[in-house]
Amino acid sequence: MTTQSAVVSSLESVDGTAIIHAGDYINKLSGEQIEHECKRKLDEGCKEIILNFADTEIVNSIGISILLGVIDTASNKGAKVVFSDMNENTVELFEMLGLTKHVTLA
Amino acid sequence: MAEHDHKLIHAFGALAELGQEITNKNNFQETIRTSLHLISGALGIMRGAVARFSRFGHELNMLAIRGLGDDFPLSLSLTLEDERQFLSCGLTPIDIQQAKVLPFFQVYDASFERRGLELFVPLVVRDEIVGAIFLGEKATGEAYTNYEKEIVCAMGQHIGVAIAQRNLMAEIERHADENRQLFDEMRSTYHDTVKAFAAAIDCKDKYTEGHSVRVGKFSEIIAMELGWGKDEIEGAAVAGYLHDVGKLTVERKIINAPYRINAKESKELNGHPGVGYEILQPIHHPYTDVPLAAKYHHERLDGRGYPDGLYDREIPYIAKIVTLADSFDAMTTDRPYKARRPAKEVVEDLQRNAGKQFAPELVTAFLGGMLKELQGQDKTKRFRRLLGRDYMEAEGIVDTLKYTLNEMAPTTPMTYVAAAGQVIL
Repeated sequence: MTTQSAVVSSLESVDGTAIIHAGDYINKLSGEQIEHECKRKLDEGCKEIILNFADTEIVNSIGISILLGVIDTASNKGAKVVFSDMNENTVELFEMLGLTKHVTLA
Repeated sequence: MAEHDHKLIHAFGALAELGQEITNKNNFQETIRTSLHLISGALGIMRGAVARFSRFGHELNMLAIRGLGDDFPLSLSLTLEDERQFLSCGLTPIDIQQAKVLPFFQVYDASFERRGLELFVPLVVRDEIVGAIFLGEKATGEAYTNYEKEIVCAMGQHIGVAIAQRNLMAEIERHADENRQLFDEMRSTYHDTVKAFAAAIDCKDKYTEGHSVRVGKFSEIIAMELGWGKDEIEGAAVAGYLHDVGKLTVERKIINAPYRINAKESKELNGHPGVGYEILQPIHHPYTDVPLAAKYHHERLDGRGYPDGLYDREIPYIAKIVTLADSFDAMTTDRPYKARRPAKEVVEDLQRNAGKQFAPELVTAFLGGMLKELQGQDKTKRFRRLLGRDYMEAEGIVDTLKYTLNEMAPTTPMTYVAAAGQVIL
């Protein structure tokens, strides 16, 4: 499934797992869309959120902060967060800021 | 690229965005919320808050919170000792673990520890505490480095300025409100004074009791019918209230004379417009034409008035309004040597003298207002209140008004045909 720029899409959750596709640029607007979608899935009872970054090229500081918020919320609800299909730059950024310490990489 | 350089570039990007966010005219609350995101995102901080300092309550009130939970206190008190310490530190991050000597960190120790808060940054702008930033642990789990603390300081400076600016704006708005209130009070005092003056003028003349007040009201009606703005209408009313202020210096027996006064007495009485002007001129009125209305309210369009025998366009407009209001009141009230004239006759007199004594468009506006009231289109009962119901509802007055207005300001088809030379009655 593909996504448009700065647009988030999510697949129906199967067996308590939701897959959310991030857009190419994660800033305040698209970050808040991701946050909203994750919250909705967690409220529905999902125990695993897979954030797919296949299309993601840039994540700015607000995007990082929002993703940290998502990780925190999921952890408070006892849910697991998986980051998948990140490109090299995104992995480097997430590692540098410590996000990867709190998620499973796929 | 070394990780340190990479971190620096990322933090600079956040700092640039913060500057942009603060200079944009966004909603203040949203700006602070975004600022907190930018600090957190720049350094990978899991949780934090930004608070504004209230110097009246000596407390830090939360503006934005991230990840601190619903039970984190929204308002934190400071003691004078805390404030002194924060002011002397300036904008320097304080390590919460090592600052427990201060009452602030002792009182809230449990709350801060439960949420893993590590840094407290007092926001000091121009030697005043404006707020504070609370920052939790970093996602890496590592301690804050000195360079990261410097970045926090730089970002905190921006946020502090945004809060100080907001405080300043709120103060300006508060002052503006106070000024508006003060102005309204002064305005009301001015109007009360004007009315008191009008009553004082009227006291001199027992036969024309209430004359100045009525001229004020009639002038107000004319200005309203001309479609003037609120301030201009008020100005016209004031000009009417004060038009006879010069009479204060005229002998009471001359004003009250129950006979036609002689030439000498007439000279004294006719000097009242000039005297009124002299009295009113030094006063700073919110409405500029008030002294002119007093000076020229006995001038006539045909140049036969006094004191200067001015012609039509030489007479200030406000004076023309007061002239009409003054004459109308003289005709509709009992005088020592003349009884009140019936409304119908007064209307005919105004028409006859339009263009000679009175400005025709003012007569039309005034009579138009009267007709609107009598036909029920205007419910304010302004004329009935000033002249009495029986007087205003005399038989034939509505027809006279319609006829007069039709002649003075032709608008109906009948006059259109008449103007074309085929009179059909």
